[in-house]
Amino acid sequence: MNWNTILIRYGEMSLKGKNKSKFIRKLKTNIKAALSDLSTVTMRAERDRMFIYTEKPEELDRAVEILPSVFGIQSFSPIVICEPTLEVIKETSLKVLGKNETAGKTFKVDVKRVDKRFPLDTGELQQVLGGHVLKTFPDLIVQMKKPEILLYVEIQHEAAYISSHTYKGAGGMPVGSNGHSILLLSGGIDSPVAGYMMMKRGVSFDAVHFASPPFTSDLAIEKVEDIVRQLAKFGAVIRLHVIPFTDLQQAIVKQVPSNLSMTTTRRMMMKVADQVRQDTNSLGLITGDSLGQVASQTLESLTAINEVTNTPVLRPLIAMDKLDIIEIAQKIGTYDISIRPYDDCCTVFTPPSNKTKPRVEKVAYYESFQEFDDMVAEVASQRVTTIPSQQTEDDFEDLL
Amino acid sequence: MYFDHSATTKPDERVLRTFMDASVSYFANPASLHAEGKRTEKLLERARTQILAAIGLELTEGIFTSGGTESNNLAILGYVYANQHKGRHLITTSIEHPSVLRVFQDLEKQGFTVDYLTVDKEGRISMDELKSTLQDDTILVSIMHVNNEIGSIQPIEQCAKIIHTFPRAKFHSDCVQSFGKLSFAGFADGPDLISLSAHKMYGIKNSGFLAYRKNIQLQPIVFGGGQEQKLRSGTVSVPHAAALAKAVRLLMEEVDLQQFQQWRNELVEFFSEFDECKVLAPNASAPYILSVAFAQITGEIAINFLQQQGIIVSTSSACSSKNSDVSHVIEAISIPQKFEKGVIRISLGKDQTIEEIEQLKVAVRQLIELIRKGVGK
Repeated sequence: MNWNTILIRYGEMSLKGKNKSKFIRKLKTNIKAALSDLSTVTMRAERDRMFIYTEKPEELDRAVEILPSVFGIQSFSPIVICEPTLEVIKETSLKVLGKNETAGKTFKVDVKRVDKRFPLDTGELQQVLGGHVLKTFPDLIVQMKKPEILLYVEIQHEAAYISSHTYKGAGGMPVGSNGHSILLLSGGIDSPVAGYMMMKRGVSFDAVHFASPPFTSDLAIEKVEDIVRQLAKFGAVIRLHVIPFTDLQQAIVKQVPSNLSMTTTRRMMMKVADQVRQDTNSLGLITGDSLGQVASQTLESLTAINEVTNTPVLRPLIAMDKLDIIEIAQKIGTYDISIRPYDDCCTVFTPPSNKTKPRVEKVAYYESFQEFDDMVAEVASQRVTTIPSQQTEDDFEDLL
Repeated sequence: MYFDHSATTKPDERVLRTFMDASVSYFANPASLHAEGKRTEKLLERARTQILAAIGLELTEGIFTSGGTESNNLAILGYVYANQHKGRHLITTSIEHPSVLRVFQDLEKQGFTVDYLTVDKEGRISMDELKSTLQDDTILVSIMHVNNEIGSIQPIEQCAKIIHTFPRAKFHSDCVQSFGKLSFAGFADGPDLISLSAHKMYGIKNSGFLAYRKNIQLQPIVFGGGQEQKLRSGTVSVPHAAALAKAVRLLMEEVDLQQFQQWRNELVEFFSEFDECKVLAPNASAPYILSVAFAQITGEIAINFLQQQGIIVSTSSACSSKNSDVSHVIEAISIPQKFEKGVIRISLGKDQTIEEIEQLKVAVRQLIELIRKGVGK
């Protein structure tokens, strides 16, 4: 008996009529990338599910660890493939169950009979298998609703599939199946979560980060790189554009009254990000705005900031509470990186008080005294683009 | 010929190299904000993660200390002080290392109630006694994994299961003599805190580790700049931390317990030939510790004699060997009185050779002959 196959069930995308094959191809690519370290993995995609084969049991275990973070998977089960005859199915079912702790566990047999030529019908086969299993594992308790162990047997024409455990997938849609956007990534708690939520809806993105050396340190950039690495684990290659923002920011501080400088800063960031969006043929801008969280996130501020672009601005956190955002950040592993204490360009230049209800005309008036659009174009073109590598080189390998 | 690895070990050269390299290349203060400080901090955190991964047991937090004694003190005092509102009953065993025992004795003076579990002739505590001693207000139980004097092994997994049926009771284990040598692999349950010491595993002296579960609340016993999660102030020695991580890794990769077990079995058989000596805890001991008691002579005489033959062993424990009285561990396992003062400890190490074992036997035979010629008293 070989545990060498994983059966993957698709998420929401199995509903999407015409684009389905595109989604499946994308999912296959993403799974392949996620499992790229596993040398013996091969895959086969069908219309309603996918199979992953490995030759090494430890690679199967590793795949089981990795797959829950890939979007577009509803659930998956390690399965054993055997000959579709009653005797072999009975024998294999026992072996499959033998891998589990059975004492006192609730249990049910579920049969799917695709090959209608199989001599027993679904009900009969369920009864026969249930009886057979209970003879060997008398301490199992049969329970139809929400059993702890579900022995799943599927009879196909050429083979039978047997599994005893189904893992929950991440749901959502394959990253990249819903277009490409630009994520404004500060390094704080919210923006990585915003990126994650959009990935879950199938959006891939490049990240844009604003750096103001020497007011911000290299460690702040390193922090953002680590966040990008962490987000990339959810099945996407993420490019990071670091924008040299110091000159522009100093010009703002000089030109715009301090209680409006934050609004202008955000407007300039949007403009720069929008320029990167154009350059990279992306569709939208993603921000971590959450309504009312800070002065720049009141509806009035958002209006003033949004005024600089017609590009759709995706704000997946807009109606979320901070605590819920933190919970997601912890779950996806960005929280501990985000709370590292380095200043980003926004905190360094924070004025003593911000207008919570900035007026667009006023902001535009002050901005008109400086050729900001030229500066925007300049800093956008001076951006430094990298793909933070997934394998961070281990400096300490020899030492430790 | 060195047979005193439970007292201390000679540092592995690769560990020393790590110590030196880290001392030169990562000398910055890990608490500094500059890039050099951050590099050093990264190394420190990597070392911590590596050690925690080697321990397993769901212990996700760890503090670098100055050794086993400090780890034990911080674990016990730190836990008890931070949790005394939950209860004031404590349990330990009668054969703990002084760095545990003395702490509990001091806590008794401060008004805590401490029960000391007894041990059988093999130096093992009884699970029944543990069960019946636990109370609803027991907040901490400290049970060592391997005894430093006679090598007896306590069933840590079983202890953990019993202790954890009492929701307030947490479990500390002094694993100084066992870590890296006996595995925790496959344990369904384990201690909430464990103490380690570098120099017992071919590491550097003055270096140790306290690992604990995330939900464990500790109170510092040393105050200052708040390093190490505010639990152990003082600039962290990153070279020591890196060297400890290296030592743990090497030990995990290289230690060969089967070889020890084979030699120990041979030695047990060898010693049982002679009426003049008795192997202590012959069945329940770690494969690398063998404690033997001689009648008619003191341990000190045995050590002096063997030393002349080029063989280094010790009396029961280096920490207590300057006290002339019978050790508390030997008292606890109650051996015939004629053997009480003649205990020596033979502890094996990774570079031991079969030739050394043979020479040890030759020297012991000579010692027995000497005893048979007649000794005073």
